[in-house]
Amino acid sequence: MRVNMTVNGEQRQADDVWEGESLLYVLRERLGLPGSKNACEQGECGSCTVYLDAVPVCACLVAAGQAEGREVRTVEGLADGDRLDPVQQSFVDAGAVQCGFCTPGLVVAAHDLLARVPEPADEEIREALAGNLCRCTGYEKILDAVKLAATRGASA
Amino acid sequence: MEFLRPATLAEALAVKAERPGAVPIAGGTDVMVELNFDHRRPEALLDLTGIAELGEWSTADGNVRLGAGVPYTRLIEQLGARLPGLAMAARTVGSPQIRNRGTVGGNLGAASPAGDTHPVLLATGGTVEVASVRGIRLIAADDFYLGVKRNALADDELITAVNLPDAKAPQQFSKIGTRNAMVIAVCSFGLALHPEQGRVGAAIGSAAPTPRRSRAAEDFLSGELTDAGLWESPAPLRDSVCRRFGELVAEGTEPIDDVRGSAAYRRHALSVLARRTLTWAWQEYRTGERSCA
Repeated sequence: MRVNMTVNGEQRQADDVWEGESLLYVLRERLGLPGSKNACEQGECGSCTVYLDAVPVCACLVAAGQAEGREVRTVEGLADGDRLDPVQQSFVDAGAVQCGFCTPGLVVAAHDLLARVPEPADEEIREALAGNLCRCTGYEKILDAVKLAATRGASA
Repeated sequence: MEFLRPATLAEALAVKAERPGAVPIAGGTDVMVELNFDHRRPEALLDLTGIAELGEWSTADGNVRLGAGVPYTRLIEQLGARLPGLAMAARTVGSPQIRNRGTVGGNLGAASPAGDTHPVLLATGGTVEVASVRGIRLIAADDFYLGVKRNALADDELITAVNLPDAKAPQQFSKIGTRNAMVIAVCSFGLALHPEQGRVGAAIGSAAPTPRRSRAAEDFLSGELTDAGLWESPAPLRDSVCRRFGELVAEGTEPIDDVRGSAAYRRHALSVLARRTLTWAWQEYRTGERSCA
């Protein structure tokens, strides 16, 4: 089937999509957007987190056809050209990126949190990031990155 | 496989009548996992996210009608005061990403013994609204769960809503998981006080083939509260009453040993959850203050 959607502000079309295919597969394999990572394919790790109509979701759990006519924003759509989003920059500056596999999902989840709660408490950050697994950092640097982004007014 | 995208409920019901093998999909948090792992290859997916009315809730005559497609996040944000028990349970589901997609309708469709909303639906006296081309049927939550991942839905029916009374008194939900977030319940417990009926609702999850009411415990506690006139003059509960309530809840379980916990642990943990949630709910009933959430 054919799926049409707006991805990072652009109208995109994917052809020959299998009816049971996930939005994640379409983004990565058909639209050339490998930012969202494919890891657990069961919504456990959060590394494929994208915005669907401005709501963060696991792209692996959205059937491609459910994205028809909808708006998707991936981690690639957060940066403004070569200028990183403040959340992305804060992850780099705080050393919250190690192997980097979980980073895109964490960045999208943190981006959403800061848009809703500009000055989150530690507990709020932990709860907001509870759906994103990282096997390298121990999460402390990630918490630091979110706090740094908050002080930089990431939500502005 | 086909991907069917009805725009209206009538259209969806017509499709389901003609193609009972079509698998309904809303949040996708269960269905997509099965597809991704090749555990299921249905002849068709019936996408319900285009049907606006399934994503709406409304209130009438002291009841909430919650559309089957309302995601947990909206339930928590918009219905926390009217349906505190259900909102508490919804808050323990998965992660923000999962709560943004998952729905009570999907929880009912999957009918897992571990589904987080089931004990609350049972304790509060919820009814499940199902529809087909033959008409609409209301099924008491009590009659909905038939076996492990089996429910009372006919092949041509779709879950359209759940109906719950507005909470008139404290409700509680508590769950044990192996960590704080993103886990399926090792066991769970829902409690609702119904002072206007002189009754307590109590139900367990993950400790029997289906979610189920703790009837002996309900009857015991309802009797104690009514006989002692505590609904009208709520004094602190005697420790022995809370303990007995917990024991009766534990006795009403049929848990299994599995990787997440032993049957003995589940039984014990439920006696503790029952006692604690009762203490919290009763404290709130007495003082009007929320002591824990």
